[in-house]
Amino acid sequence: MKRATLYLGLSLIGLVVLLAVVGIFWTPYSPTAMVGPRLARPGWPHLLGTDGFGADIFSRIINGAKIVLLVGIVSVSGAALVGVPTGIFAGMKRGWAGEIPARLADILYGFPALLLAILFAAALGGSTWTAMLAISISTVPAFVRIARAATLQVMSQGYVEAARLSGTPSPSVAVRHVLPNIAPVLGVQASVSFGIAILAEAGLSYLGLGSRASEPTWGRMLREAQDYIFSEPIQALWPGLAIAVATMGFNLLGDGLRDLLDPRLRELR
Amino acid sequence: MVLRRVLVRAAWLLASLLLASFLIFAVANALPGDMAQILLGTNAAPGEAEALRERLGLNRPFLVRYLEWLGGVLQLDFGNSYIGNRPIGPLIAARLEVTLSLTILGMLLAVLVALPIGAYAAARRRHLDGAAVSALSQVGLAIPAFWAGIWLVIIFAVQLRWLPASGYVSYWDSIGQWLLHLILPVISLALVQGSVISRYVRSSVIEVMQEDYFRTARAVGWSKTRALVRHGLRNIAISLLTVIGLQLATLLVGAIIIEQVFALNGLGSTLLRAVSGRDLGVVQAIVLLLVWSVLIINFLVDVAYQIIDPRLRRAAEAR
Repeated sequence: MKRATLYLGLSLIGLVVLLAVVGIFWTPYSPTAMVGPRLARPGWPHLLGTDGFGADIFSRIINGAKIVLLVGIVSVSGAALVGVPTGIFAGMKRGWAGEIPARLADILYGFPALLLAILFAAALGGSTWTAMLAISISTVPAFVRIARAATLQVMSQGYVEAARLSGTPSPSVAVRHVLPNIAPVLGVQASVSFGIAILAEAGLSYLGLGSRASEPTWGRMLREAQDYIFSEPIQALWPGLAIAVATMGFNLLGDGLRDLLDPRLRELR
Repeated sequence: MVLRRVLVRAAWLLASLLLASFLIFAVANALPGDMAQILLGTNAAPGEAEALRERLGLNRPFLVRYLEWLGGVLQLDFGNSYIGNRPIGPLIAARLEVTLSLTILGMLLAVLVALPIGAYAAARRRHLDGAAVSALSQVGLAIPAFWAGIWLVIIFAVQLRWLPASGYVSYWDSIGQWLLHLILPVISLALVQGSVISRYVRSSVIEVMQEDYFRTARAVGWSKTRALVRHGLRNIAISLLTVIGLQLATLLVGAIIIEQVFALNGLGSTLLRAVSGRDLGVVQAIVLLLVWSVLIINFLVDVAYQIIDPRLRRAAEAR
């Protein structure tokens, strides 16, 4: 019971990962081909039915899991790769050199991923890649802020003081002492950012600004399902459910990790 | 001392407004390549492209164009759209009412619902119902607002036929119809926003309940509600301010998507039409407007902080 949040989150993520891994090698039917009658109800042989084009919805959901994880992994790790070193640098450096990246992150924090993605889509044409780029860029400030705040805390610890006084150069202090100590906090941030990235990607492909028609994503499936809300509303069920499961998985994982790190905060959330 | 801090914060606001405008202009104007060629298509005569570049002013240096654009924007002149060559300012102004109605009502409803729910979840946190409310807010966090919107339409417009599925009626034409058309979009926005806000309310109420002053009030026989209202409101107001500032960007973005679900012709729809037509003049104007409003409102939230939170004021004076 104590770690219920964590385990529930992990199992939801596990489900999505399982679908995605299976989807790399095999889907029951081609996710983009017409394989049955149009708008079939859930049943056999099409577990979740078919869409308005006659494609197998279950296969499309599996394929969407692959894309969602790809977008999440690429955009979050891209953001961490830029944001974490910048944040650590900003936390270790005194004076304006440390102040400027922190202030820049403050300014860019809250620049919505969707608006950036819309800008990119207008300038370059929308694709999964422009979506990932936009989500990644707008996630960077969050990593800078959290890495800087955590670094500032670590820097006041005795062992860091000792390392610095004994002449250890800054880069190795950063790698040997700061990074391992702020890693848990970064893990929480990564999990939370992953959930946000999934929602952002879903919104983008719902608007038709993310993936192309040849890559069925959950958001795009919802866009198509909306044409049938009068006759076949069940079409709008599965993709949204998938988005909610994946997002909740990462949200719960983030919460669970935070509880592990700081049990005192448990009550507060 | 408060004044000094506000002035410093205002200087940062100016810098961030400038930086944001530059970034937006750069992405919209430097990335796409030859705009004239894109607008005309590949089989245009070379002279045609040259003429269009001349008309759009694309021949002049980038920095000059940026400064001219910015100068225009400050006088509320956003230039003309690439397609149709109409002034962008009035185009946006005409669509503002829809988006403003949606976001303001959405935020209001979210706060109104989240306050009691969050407080309830906090007060009953060791009971099953309190935990259930928290779990429900966790679900609300994970649901895309547009999916909630689609289901609200399916249930209340398609099946029950209680409310219109789409469209917008101006406030000035009929207040009743305006509200009727906005109910579903506003609820779908507020569902997600409310979940986030209720979590902040919950944790700030729990924080208050662990303070000595709260315990003292309880000990002398005050009810939980009375102690919370008399002593906790300021604390809760502060955390509410924070979350409203933080959520503003998500709210605007949510509104853009919700406009699509309910076929509301607001800023979001105009923006998306401009994107598919590659009318970058309109795109950069609307994105700038949205980003600037997020930055300015966050600034106002910060200033309000300084006024509400006496601890911050004292900390500033001690310096």
